Amino acid sequence: METIKFTLNHKVVEVEINETKRLLDVLREHFLLTGVKEGCGEGECGACAVLLDGDIVNSCMVPIANVKDHDVVTIEGYSKTKNFEVLKEAYAEEGAVQCGFCTPGMMIASEALLRKNPHPTEEDIKNGISGNLCRCTGYNMIIKAVQRASKSGEGLW
Amino acid sequence: MVNVIPKSLKEALKFLQEKPYTIIAGGTDLMVQKRGWSSTNPEFKQPVLFIANLAELNYVKVDSKAIFIGATTTLSTLLNHPSIPDIYKDALFEMASVGIRNSATIAGNIANASPAGDSLPVLYALNAVVVVQNIERKREIAIKDFITGVRKITLQEDEMITEIIIPKDVFTHRKWVKVGGRRADAISKISFVGLANIKNKKIVDFRIALGAVAPTVVRQEKIEAQCIGKTVEELQNNIEDIVAQYQQFIVPITDQRSTKAYREQISHNIIVDFIKSLSK
Repeated sequence: METIKFTLNHKVVEVEINETKRLLDVLREHFLLTGVKEGCGEGECGACAVLLDGDIVNSCMVPIANVKDHDVVTIEGYSKTKNFEVLKEAYAEEGAVQCGFCTPGMMIASEALLRKNPHPTEEDIKNGISGNLCRCTGYNMIIKAVQRASKSGEGLW
Repeated sequence: MVNVIPKSLKEALKFLQEKPYTIIAGGTDLMVQKRGWSSTNPEFKQPVLFIANLAELNYVKVDSKAIFIGATTTLSTLLNHPSIPDIYKDALFEMASVGIRNSATIAGNIANASPAGDSLPVLYALNAVVVVQNIERKREIAIKDFITGVRKITLQEDEMITEIIIPKDVFTHRKWVKVGGRRADAISKISFVGLANIKNKKIVDFRIALGAVAPTVVRQEKIEAQCIGKTVEELQNNIEDIVAQYQQFIVPITDQRSTKAYREQISHNIIVDFIKSLSK
């Protein structure tokens, strides 16, 4: 087994683990980052989304080998940023959180979208969160939350 | 079983020369196909060779005749690249979701050789060529010869896909249709690519490819050849004959996503629709 070194939530970490292990499992079991959820385990739901080099990926499909020398940010790391504060506020204001299971993935998807596109249209937002399922909200509140964050966080993204 | 993360293409090819490996790029197909129960490790029968981090295969290069895409280039990179043909972007945009496109590769979609692989009909229609290498040599294979059946490809155990070449051709008309259960993350019930180049109402180039209606992508160059050289009007007067010829190659199955009858009918309708749209 090879030692796999990468940046996790802005700190350099190393793991010695089977290279085929899913990033999702390493995050939850080895680093105890349980904000990253397993929903479907096959790329349909987005509950396991994390940022890899700033782009959203589904951690249930990423073998740990693939993050070697890369940068991973989970909801735990993201929650220490100013962007998170703005997005959190917007989600709360719009009632975009109900049971909360999809929320870490949804916020990662929202951040990934706003980074690329600070002023997204409704259609852009739908595409940006198209890999994330929410069974509570019906999505309208989440879409509104992203629109609100885009305005209230003007200049951040 | 020793898995390996090679640092260069050369090193990867040396590993493959020694013994067979399962090659993983983005992992979006294989990590799901081989996943273990709950959070146990995925179960691979062979050691795994991880190529996602081979930067030397992550590129899009362009010359006057073709576009050259490195095997580890992700679908997102292609979707955002100015030189990728529009018809390909139409398909990429409807493939999976943002998170999957950020990991998934074009070479992986080819190697997976699913009858419902969404980039495949486009690559067939564009006459894409798959470049494979072992430590000693390179082979270039047309995609229609590279994919031989459901999840079957002509890759030797010591070879890997290193590049995909897409010839640059001009089209005045294009149509991409994906029929799926929902817009994102859906596996196609059927997929369709239609391309045509029309000059002075005359058909100079005409191509149709259909996915998920047979074990491999359906493309019939003999039927296309009959259409080339005709005027749009002549082709449209001949529409039933063309569709009837395609029908013998459209042999879908009924599965969890759709039925044989639905797939046949929809294929028929889309071909008619495409030919009718050529007068616009």
